[in-house]
Amino acid sequence: MSEMPAAARPIRRRVITEELHEGPARASAYVCEAASCMSAQAHDITLRLGEKTAEAGLTDVTIKRVGCLGLCAAGPLVEIAETGQLFSHVTPDDVSGIVTALQNVSPEDTRAPQGPFFEKQLRVATENMGRVDPENLDDYLERGGYEALKRVLSEMTSSEVREEITRSGLRGRGGAGFPTGLKWTTVAKAQGAQKYVICNADEGDPGAFMDRSVLESDPFRILEGMAIAAFAVHATEGYVYCRAEYPLAVARLRTAIRLAQRAGYLGAGIADTSFNFDVQIRLGAGAFVCGEETALIASVEGRRGTPRPRPPYPAVQGLWDCPTLINNVETFASVPTILRKGPDWYARIGVGKSKGTKVFALAGRVVNTGLVEVPMGMTLREIVFDIGGGIIDGRPFKAVQTGGPSGGCIPAEHLDMPVSYESLIELGSFMGSGGMIVMDDTSCMVDVAKYFQDFCRDESCGKCVPCRVGTTQLWMLLDQITRGEATMADLAQLERLAGIIQKMSLCGLGQGAPNPIFSTLRYFRDEYLAHIVDRVCPAGVCAIEPAEVMA
Amino acid sequence: MPIQYHKPPAPSDDKRWKIVETRMRRLGDRPPALIEALHAAQEAFGYLDTDALNYVGDTLGVPHSRVYGVATFYSFFTLKPQGEHTCVVCTGTACYINGAKDILAGIDRALHVKPKETTPDGKVSVLTARCLGACSLAPAVIIDGDVKGKVNVGDLVAQLEAM
Repeated sequence: MSEMPAAARPIRRRVITEELHEGPARASAYVCEAASCMSAQAHDITLRLGEKTAEAGLTDVTIKRVGCLGLCAAGPLVEIAETGQLFSHVTPDDVSGIVTALQNVSPEDTRAPQGPFFEKQLRVATENMGRVDPENLDDYLERGGYEALKRVLSEMTSSEVREEITRSGLRGRGGAGFPTGLKWTTVAKAQGAQKYVICNADEGDPGAFMDRSVLESDPFRILEGMAIAAFAVHATEGYVYCRAEYPLAVARLRTAIRLAQRAGYLGAGIADTSFNFDVQIRLGAGAFVCGEETALIASVEGRRGTPRPRPPYPAVQGLWDCPTLINNVETFASVPTILRKGPDWYARIGVGKSKGTKVFALAGRVVNTGLVEVPMGMTLREIVFDIGGGIIDGRPFKAVQTGGPSGGCIPAEHLDMPVSYESLIELGSFMGSGGMIVMDDTSCMVDVAKYFQDFCRDESCGKCVPCRVGTTQLWMLLDQITRGEATMADLAQLERLAGIIQKMSLCGLGQGAPNPIFSTLRYFRDEYLAHIVDRVCPAGVCAIEPAEVMA
Repeated sequence: MPIQYHKPPAPSDDKRWKIVETRMRRLGDRPPALIEALHAAQEAFGYLDTDALNYVGDTLGVPHSRVYGVATFYSFFTLKPQGEHTCVVCTGTACYINGAKDILAGIDRALHVKPKETTPDGKVSVLTARCLGACSLAPAVIIDGDVKGKVNVGDLVAQLEAM
């Protein structure tokens, strides 16, 4: 032991009291250090907990930095791992209370239920979130990390891996829901000596933060999923294309790549086999369209992120014209668990053609904003009211928006619809990457449609005319409506134009841009009419000049 | 005659050019490194001026026109110097329905700056972001790199005015 007082010792690594005890800790406090809690000074809490436990002479406890605990609304969060006791809105003054709780942990304690927010969830892609230190490889290994990759490399052929993924029924979690096994098979069978794997972490949908949380909380899982995919499609190089707006996620991913390389889980001869695979990070630079796969490839190649017509699909002709597998963060995150627990286990979860679980980012006017993972087929009501805890201030629920700027708003009458790729499309919305924005009666649906149109016209890359010109025209029409200056003819024009843009645009951005208009017109046409005919905004959001006195 | 390829000298002896140069060299001094190089330059200098754009282009063998095209395509890059402090207001969906509009209006009323503008004294630049991914803290802003959640307009304006 050094002479330095315990409290003054620099605290960097996860196990602060490591040198003080032998064997497993009697009690551990997990401090959430994902971006949301970090912005509420969670790191200070970690440091102070370290000091206070040392002051109290607790030598058999662990203070651990972990990823997202999920309940972001109540951050900073600290959990006593043994009892499941959760401290929310932790301030430096609460630290002594946590130390007392740590002292009182007895060996008989078992994890207590933590209420519906946690009980109703089923964690697959996020199984390690809030459990492992995102910058510690050993911690990941302890929880079964890299078991799947080792098994794949030592016991399976690449076609067996693809077969298992196909059998699991996993579909692309980026939104469109393309069967993952089929995509992998296409890339594997494509001609080409060099193939690439790209992880799409350009989470551009406003209101979505699943990928950020997964990257910040469990980056090794993404790398393992990518390595398995690379083995399955015969690729040797990979890229993670991540938004520059997520500095913490990028930093943790960089650390994870370095640690994985050092431990032989990336690079040449992975896990003592002849399999080679390495990963580099490429930063996005704030272009929503780069979530589209051909635009993403252009951006990785250092060019303007404009999409191109498909086919040829990237699976055949992608990065540097080589066959390229592009999957979303959450898709890769699900892969290690599927291979560890078996494809049949995964395929039993879910409903219809939507197998497994989906991570949603709950936000907006809901009490428990945060990150949740639920089995496909759970109803919106369960997600919003049981897990989400209902609407803030008990106001009436109006709609839940899914799918970002390509999605739609689902009204109260469809709250009991089980959530799946198919059901959301049937309702005129879209799974998207998994953002769920809950709205109450303070939101004007015409204004919401205008907001998304403003987003699309700003983010349109300008390559094709329907999107470049059309989104601006749609926005102008919506603006007229919200100012009370539109006529019924304008409304008809809005619908006609929206249909044209949907059919004529080059990529998903333009094709999806009219969706918020279609879905709000489908469920909230009366609000449009109120703006046009009565010149009133029912929610009181739009500033409509009082009607001129008619002569 | 084949074009001779020379690495251009850095625009000045400012040490920060070393960071940019290193990042480009690690990626092979080739055109695909363009976006990474622009990131490095903006991280080092806070914005991209003509010197930076030309230097990056000349090093990587990318025409100046294309460098400019890429730098203006991506909204993360800024070609104008920023104020001493920056305030990024998130305009993502969750922040929007929780009052991001009111925050921008409040800032405009008090400091007379709109998004992408800097106060005349060069103290504060106001920017907007599409989504910070801090939706559970809506409405959120980033002040000088620190995310602040559940922002109260009055408090924020007071903080900005005190800068």
